[in-house]
Amino acid sequence: MQLTNRSKVVVQKEMSFMEKLYIPAILGGMKITMSHFFKKKATIQYPEQKREFSFVYRGKHILKRDEKGRENCTACGLCAVSCPAEAITIVADERQKGEEHLYREEKYAKVYEINMLRCIFCGLCEEACPKDAIYLTEELVPAQYNRNDFIYGKDKLVQPLGTSAHPKTYKPYKK
Amino acid sequence: MDNILFYILSGISIGSALLVVLSKNPIYSVLSLIITFASISGHLLLLSAEFLAIVNLIVYAGAIMVLFLFVIMMLNLNETTEKNSNLISKLAATGAAGLLLISLVYIFKSYQVGQFSTQQLTEDFGSAHQLGKILFNEFLLPFEISSVLFLSAMIGAVMLGKKDLKQH
Amino acid sequence: MEIPYELIEKTILVVIVFTVSLLTAMYSTYGERKISAFFQDRIGPNRAGPFGLLQPLADGAKLIFKEEIIPISSNKFLFILGPSISMMTACLTSAVIPWGTYLEIGGRAVEMQVTDINIGILYVFAIVSIGVYGVMIGGWASNNKYSLMGALRASSQMISYEIAMGMSIVALIMTTGTMSLKEIVAQQAEGHWNIIYQPLGFFIFLICAFAELNRTPFDLPECEAELVGGYHTEYSSMKLGLYLFAEYVNMFVSSAVMSALYFGGYDIPFIEYLGLSSNVVAVLGFLFFFAKIVLFIFFFMWIRWTVPRFRYDQLMHLGWRILIPMAIINVILTGVFILFTK
Repeated sequence: MQLTNRSKVVVQKEMSFMEKLYIPAILGGMKITMSHFFKKKATIQYPEQKREFSFVYRGKHILKRDEKGRENCTACGLCAVSCPAEAITIVADERQKGEEHLYREEKYAKVYEINMLRCIFCGLCEEACPKDAIYLTEELVPAQYNRNDFIYGKDKLVQPLGTSAHPKTYKPYKK
Repeated sequence: MDNILFYILSGISIGSALLVVLSKNPIYSVLSLIITFASISGHLLLLSAEFLAIVNLIVYAGAIMVLFLFVIMMLNLNETTEKNSNLISKLAATGAAGLLLISLVYIFKSYQVGQFSTQQLTEDFGSAHQLGKILFNEFLLPFEISSVLFLSAMIGAVMLGKKDLKQH
Repeated sequence: MEIPYELIEKTILVVIVFTVSLLTAMYSTYGERKISAFFQDRIGPNRAGPFGLLQPLADGAKLIFKEEIIPISSNKFLFILGPSISMMTACLTSAVIPWGTYLEIGGRAVEMQVTDINIGILYVFAIVSIGVYGVMIGGWASNNKYSLMGALRASSQMISYEIAMGMSIVALIMTTGTMSLKEIVAQQAEGHWNIIYQPLGFFIFLICAFAELNRTPFDLPECEAELVGGYHTEYSSMKLGLYLFAEYVNMFVSSAVMSALYFGGYDIPFIEYLGLSSNVVAVLGFLFFFAKIVLFIFFFMWIRWTVPRFRYDQLMHLGWRILIPMAIINVILTGVFILFTK
């Protein structure tokens, strides 16, 4: 079976005089490099010019709020169970009186942490979630100097208030 | 002007020549020997023998001393590896050096400074052209004999360099 | 008191030659980065100034302000001496190169060459052979095995290729009959370039120039895969900069020597039919000479980004068993040719 048509069989044969001179080979190499000299460049000038993401790109997670600004997550733990990298930690708590405008269900996640060093961005949490609470966005997870900074808590994950549409950062995973 | 240059160059060559003998580190000895050769080339330039000056630089400073340096670096000689020689060899070295000094003084005693007038020389007497004419007319036989000597030395070096001579 | 015109002329000329060679070397570093990028489908430096033209200045400033480390076990005096020798010898060679014919300024014919000595080629050789010491001393003084290996490789490579280079020059001197660079260039006027008479000699000279400059495919003294960084492993800051910069100055000078020896120097073919004044011809000649130099520098870079590095035994094999015999054959052929045509 051949994977590409570029494979060559290696043969150990005596080189002919022309091959021993190496000059035709060097000239051939110079021709190749010169052809690359005039080719279109592959560089993308990053800060000014950005490469378009694939529309199925999976980046940083977001914990959704509903249209009234309440957190969707009910701390059922299905995401943590489904996570193959065991990156998600949830501590659940009961909703108190007067917190109805903050949490949609009676139970909510007091602590919701994702370790971004463990996460493999597979999107299984998103598929497991019955409450439409977690999504993977197009945002990148930036580099940090400290390992602890990679553990994203609710402060970084929950969708900010008043940004229900999220045209840029929020883009649901298209099936 | 020429005199000032001459004295400066002489100072450098004598000083660096002394350093060759006196410095403990063989690397410093070789480097001062290079400076000596460079200053000798300067002397030759003052005598308007450009060809000899440059050839001296190329052959001695550029090739032979590089090999010296090469060997010393390879063997990693330094002050600690130098063995203390015994009294007899020290005495012998002093005696030999003294004999050399006496013979040199004896030879140069008969020469007088300023005896030779530079007026009788042609303009390009130090050029490669003149040198070649002299070498291939007056001194043809010694020149050819020395070339044969070099050739045999080269062959000898190649023979020594071939390790597996017996197998062939 | 009589005004020492000669001295003033020469001083100005030395300053100009020095500036031009350093500037060219500076922009060779930029050119190398840009050209290597283009050969690899990249763009190269383009942030500092328009098209990245201020990049060499930024690089230089970076090198100067970096921390300077002198290893504690190194030989401090020699450690500083090494890069100094490299840079000094690199700058010395340009003294004998004839940059143009002459300019007429105020009734005086001003030569466009710092000094015309009758052994110009040998002078270049002597300086090049002294240049080995910079690498050797630096490598030894670092007190590091990789540096020492790099230095030994550099010196043995340079000595080996100097022989073939000298032999190829001998054949050239036999055809020209002079060792003064000015006369050699003057003989090549009206398109009688030496490359026509000495193609094999030029070929050998070119290969040896690559080896003498320690450029790919002969950059074994600093090959990263085996020797970390070669002789400049321990160097940092501007001392490293001097080593790297000396390579570019050397490249400029050897390009100039090659175009002067084999490609007519400042000669422009068929310029005499245009009937221009001598000053214009001189300036044009200088520009043409410079264009040849730039082409050679481009060629050096083209080869560098095309051909991979030699193995050490291949390098020695090429130098001693192929180039030197070829150079000797070239000398003999030239001798026979001269004997039968005269």
